[in-house]
Amino acid sequence: MPRDKREQMKKVADIRLESQIGEEERFWDLMRRMARENKTALLSFAVIVLMTLAAVFAPLLTPYTEKQMDLMNRLAAPSAKHLLGTDEGGRDVLTRLLFGTRVSLLIGVVPALLSLLLGAVLGVLAGYKGGLTDAVIMRIADVTLAFPSMLLAMVIMYSLGGGIMNVFLTLTLVNWANVARVVRAHTLRLKNSEFAEAARAIGVPGRKIMQRHILPNCLPSLLVLFTLNIPASILTESSLSFLGLGIQPPNASWGLMINTGRQYLYNAPWLCFVPGAAIMLIVLAFNFLGNGLLDVLDPRQKKQ
Amino acid sequence: MEQTVLEVKNLTVSFHTEKGVILPVNGVTLTVPAGKIVGVVGESGCGKSMTARAIMGLVKYPGKVTGGKIFLCGKEITQLPEKERRRLRGSEISMIFQEPMTSLNPVVKVGKQVDEAVRLHTPCTRAEAKQKTLNMFREVEIPEPEARYNCYPHQLSGGLRQRVMIAMAMICRPRLLIADEPTTALDVTVEAQILKLLEKLRDAGTSVLLISHNLGVIARTCDEVSVMYAGRIVEHGETAALFEKPLHPYTRGLLRSVASLRAGGETLQTIPGVVPNLLHLPKGCSFSLRCEKCGADCEEKVPELRQIAPGHFARCFLAEKEGKE
Amino acid sequence: MNEYLLEARNLSRVFPAAGKKTVQAVSGVSLGIREGETLGLVGESGCGKSTLGRLMIRLLRPTAGDVLFRGKNITDMGEKEFYPFRREMQLVFQDPYASLDPRMTVRDLIAEPIETWRLCENRQAVTGRVRELLHAVGVPEEFLYRYPHQFSGGQRQRIGIARAIAAEPSFIVCDEPVSALDVSVQNQILNLLKELKTSRKLTYLFISHDLSVVRYLSDRVCVMFLGKVCEIGSTEEVYNHPRHPYTRFLLDAVPLPDPSLKGKEIRLLRGDPPSPANPPSGCRFRTRCPYAQERCAAEEPALRETDGVQTACHFTEELKGL
Repeated sequence: MPRDKREQMKKVADIRLESQIGEEERFWDLMRRMARENKTALLSFAVIVLMTLAAVFAPLLTPYTEKQMDLMNRLAAPSAKHLLGTDEGGRDVLTRLLFGTRVSLLIGVVPALLSLLLGAVLGVLAGYKGGLTDAVIMRIADVTLAFPSMLLAMVIMYSLGGGIMNVFLTLTLVNWANVARVVRAHTLRLKNSEFAEAARAIGVPGRKIMQRHILPNCLPSLLVLFTLNIPASILTESSLSFLGLGIQPPNASWGLMINTGRQYLYNAPWLCFVPGAAIMLIVLAFNFLGNGLLDVLDPRQKKQ
Repeated sequence: MEQTVLEVKNLTVSFHTEKGVILPVNGVTLTVPAGKIVGVVGESGCGKSMTARAIMGLVKYPGKVTGGKIFLCGKEITQLPEKERRRLRGSEISMIFQEPMTSLNPVVKVGKQVDEAVRLHTPCTRAEAKQKTLNMFREVEIPEPEARYNCYPHQLSGGLRQRVMIAMAMICRPRLLIADEPTTALDVTVEAQILKLLEKLRDAGTSVLLISHNLGVIARTCDEVSVMYAGRIVEHGETAALFEKPLHPYTRGLLRSVASLRAGGETLQTIPGVVPNLLHLPKGCSFSLRCEKCGADCEEKVPELRQIAPGHFARCFLAEKEGKE
Repeated sequence: MNEYLLEARNLSRVFPAAGKKTVQAVSGVSLGIREGETLGLVGESGCGKSTLGRLMIRLLRPTAGDVLFRGKNITDMGEKEFYPFRREMQLVFQDPYASLDPRMTVRDLIAEPIETWRLCENRQAVTGRVRELLHAVGVPEEFLYRYPHQFSGGQRQRIGIARAIAAEPSFIVCDEPVSALDVSVQNQILNLLKELKTSRKLTYLFISHDLSVVRYLSDRVCVMFLGKVCEIGSTEEVYNHPRHPYTRFLLDAVPLPDPSLKGKEIRLLRGDPPSPANPPSGCRFRTRCPYAQERCAAEEPALRETDGVQTACHFTEELKGL
């Protein structure tokens, strides 16, 4: 009987455990819920996936190459041969758009990732260490934020010169401060949480507490920041290229395409509209996805 | 004067969750006679607070009252439209909660908040409302009522905040006060004062439905007690009879746990296992998995709440046998 | 020479509060805990018992006073010098929901102290040790890779206890370990704590506002009021013959699960506890004490020993008969 009883007890405990799963939703459950409840976010995700695929398989999707000129066919209107027409050098706009996706996505993702890393590390340090470390890091962040970001980007680009690497660097330097601020705020809260105190009581060193307990618990906000930083970077790059400071011709980037297309706005409007629409589409997609993530990951909004 | 202030018959509240429908309140029948304090005792998740919310008409989505009837002074209120229900709340039935801080507006002076409650239900001038509020503050034994009138909630101690909540609940002389764990957040010395106040209110004519997890609180203040487990009432009786001769094994386990803690000794009495999840209740008696006397019947059929001794009910197949022991 | 495992000498801690005010959470507390005993610490919320617990194991630094562990002053030590002592002193938290990192599995949670102190050689050995600990606290091994939110409150507290004993400490502060639990589960945890104490030769500082829980576990009890010790003595003496008026009222106020006591007049304490930001002069209890006299406002009572019990009241002898 006692053994029987124990078996039974275990069954009860088991049932309790099984049935509690889902009480506090795991990450993938949340994603699934977002896909189900927020169709805009799901659609945005689909758009992003499609664009990524288009960027990766660009050479396979078009018979032309990015730099291939056809001076006989300058500024041709959209036709069966050139679906979105050609530009002032007779290059296929669709092809350049597809190759431009590569640059734009890269410009979107890489600096967002870099600024996320930089901002998270500095933010968690500032929040956890406090005192002088905090003061120094956050004052630098304040200065960065106080500058209009476009102006800051232009200054950096002017002094470093064009090229994709410099664009990465510039955008990282422009965006890290926001991330640092958010992460610092989370750290201040998490540092005083009971589980951080529990870790200190066990003797876990500060570095490990930041690594293992604080940063992982910032992840939901970081993910959201990431998706919101991507469109910001794409827009900044477009503006920089538009001003002639970003990607240099004959490479294709959406901002650059608008810049050159601008001169032919009246006789070949597709040169501006097509990349403009692409920018709008991807920026909206990332924004909607970011908002969708914010909705499901932020418990304060969940209650409504 | 009617004999019964509140009568709840077969009240059921269901919750639709992703994993299925659960019944946090499953066929609860309760009666609060005039001039009595009736206790509902049980552990967290047993449905005692949900019962209170259902009586108040405050069950939140995705929960829903799906069965049963509630009578207030003989009048059915279950089917009343929301507007009528709202009129009843505060004037005929009031409720106080565990944490008074969260039910008070932090940026409005507490006196003003009570005034608001007065003016909501009775037409009167500001001066009259203030006078009523101060009188009520005196009645619930708030020291220096004029000074406290102008305090913000965070300036008051937990005990005083709870008194303000009680003043607000009592301002229209409701027939019934539902107190949901009113002393759980308070210190023992303050708890004793608040319990005393509840008894005073009862003697002044308001019946109280006191919800608590603390058997000591129940024993000290209640005239009758219902014990809840997994959404059902498993035992009901007069406080003295129930504590002296508990008929349901769950009640017995709870009382033994508390008693053995007081008695000391090497190992404490416990109830083995944990409270079952409402999604996976056993087929028969919901306590069967933790019950040492569980028989074949218990695993198959859900026992009814039956009268075992005069005024003493239990939901157990073996209650008669236990009662004799 | 030193009979105490852990000793507090004149320990004080001041917290800054809003508007340049300060809060004396703990002021001038001296007490000792002998090896192998359980010292219960009771008092109402805000009396400084949790702060005192954290001061004792250097999770908080005192504003004044010293803590001695095995006769060595650990207050003034540098971080490096103190580090080996950290393992000896652990903490069990009140809220098993908040004190476990929601993103770690049970295995990683319990492995954390083992890895921090390098008590095992490799990953496998660590996991083996975690299994042993789970067994010791009564959590089924199958749940090794579950997350804390999948457990009930009682089991979470068991995991918290496993974490505390994983580094093989000699002293554990239990900060209200059962207050968040249901009655039926509370006793299971108390049984576990008692069993672990014997099997692992632990010394406890057991903090609780629940007098019956403290009575069950403790050898000696310390009653605190507003940052000060009112009474300290063997559990039996303090519970059966409370000397300090506050202890008497505290014991009287506890509602007993015995309806036959209903209607019996209980002596009620006046008012609410005073704010620690602005404590009364002299004896801090005097504003609520029915026996307070002029002397109580003028002069702060010192802890005096009578029949093995230390009491901080001017009128211990006079009030004996009441």
